[in-house]
Amino acid sequence: MTHARIIARLDIKGPNLIKGVHLEGLRVVGDPHEHALRYYAEGADELLFIDIVASLYQRNNLSDIIKRAADRIYVPITVGGGIRSLDNVSEMMHSGADKVAINTAAIARPGLITEVARRYGSQCMVRWEAYTDNGRERTGVDVVEWARRAVDLGAGEILLTSVDQEGTRKGFDLPLVQQVCDAVRVPVTASGGFGRVEDLAAIAATGVSGIAIADALHWKRMALREIKQHAAAAGLDVRGAEGVK
Amino acid sequence: MTVPVTVIDYGIGNQLNVLRALEHCGASVKVVQQASAGDLDASRLVLPGVGAFGDGMSELRDRGFDDLVQRFAQTGRPFLGICVGMQVMFDGSDEMGDHAGLGLLPGRVRAVPAEGADGRPHRIPHIGWRVLAPASRWDGTILSEVDPGDRVYFVHSFAAQPTRREDRLATVDYDGIPICAAVHRDNLYGCQFHPERSADTGLRVLRRFLAL
Repeated sequence: MTHARIIARLDIKGPNLIKGVHLEGLRVVGDPHEHALRYYAEGADELLFIDIVASLYQRNNLSDIIKRAADRIYVPITVGGGIRSLDNVSEMMHSGADKVAINTAAIARPGLITEVARRYGSQCMVRWEAYTDNGRERTGVDVVEWARRAVDLGAGEILLTSVDQEGTRKGFDLPLVQQVCDAVRVPVTASGGFGRVEDLAAIAATGVSGIAIADALHWKRMALREIKQHAAAAGLDVRGAEGVK
Repeated sequence: MTVPVTVIDYGIGNQLNVLRALEHCGASVKVVQQASAGDLDASRLVLPGVGAFGDGMSELRDRGFDDLVQRFAQTGRPFLGICVGMQVMFDGSDEMGDHAGLGLLPGRVRAVPAEGADGRPHRIPHIGWRVLAPASRWDGTILSEVDPGDRVYFVHSFAAQPTRREDRLATVDYDGIPICAAVHRDNLYGCQFHPERSADTGLRVLRRFLAL
């Protein structure tokens, strides 16, 4: 039975937890710290913080959010968004991150993946792939090739984010998740599109190791325990499906 | 009342979250980055670590911790190795070459098999929340308050293979392949999983270590 982590994803802009609703722009959800604590208490297997603006002057802000969270949260924390150098990685790790997700900077300078993997171990290096459906028409091969290449360079995990599916609740981008899962041997986390419990059975069949959920949790459409119970019913081996401990 | 614990920071990976979790469990933590004679008097010693075995061992040697840990092990006071900190307790590792370990326990560290019991490839690193299965009695050990079905968090590509069956405290099943998850011999403990990242179950493991 495939084991999968159910990951709470928190997109951060400035001091706020926000949620992008496709075609509608951004909406403020609230205080990231309060939400992080709630997801931890409800049994999230991991927390994923993504700084969606990631401009330089806001970095202190992000590391404060991570520091406060890491002080009370004892599950893995992954941080992404705007990480461009080993110094950025070091800052996030010293704030309490267990792993970093690197996207843009690794496209410009793939060697960064190797440097991070060497210094902190492959398990700390998550290659973050963000793509749009439109982009995929032209670059679908690239996403798969990039995932492969990132693993060769030392990435210990792939985080696959569908920009177009995000916030749409229309379900995961199954064909691409499947392609990436087939292309690499490291664990793959799918992010973007979760809407209905039926989506879990479909994503379970791809062989993903992690499912990131934002929207459904932020707007309290579904509780983590409920999602986990449905994931277990869909054939995934998950922690806390029988009631979170 | 706080329990004094010394945590070894040898420059690989990130010790911060181990420190925070221990403090949360009631420890007063002293972090040491270079071995000194006084460290031998520590009442409890924790060796965390993520990254590669060979890098870890050479950092331990450069900072004088190889000798310190070997001598501390003889004092009978509680020692806990976490992840790579557990792996270096053994004789050696196959990770990227052939590296000697601290030799506190007989056995070697080898790659997690790339296939499950059915011969089909599975994902490496092995990452996820798994149920611990007893390999020997947990009474009176750091796992004594772990209940059946409780899960802990793993992230690793290599695992210890202890020579002596009785040194194994817990195993974890990865697609039908049993992997050593925790070891125990006298005052020595090791966890392949991350108690500091394993929510309430992990914190119970750390509290038991502080209560030994």
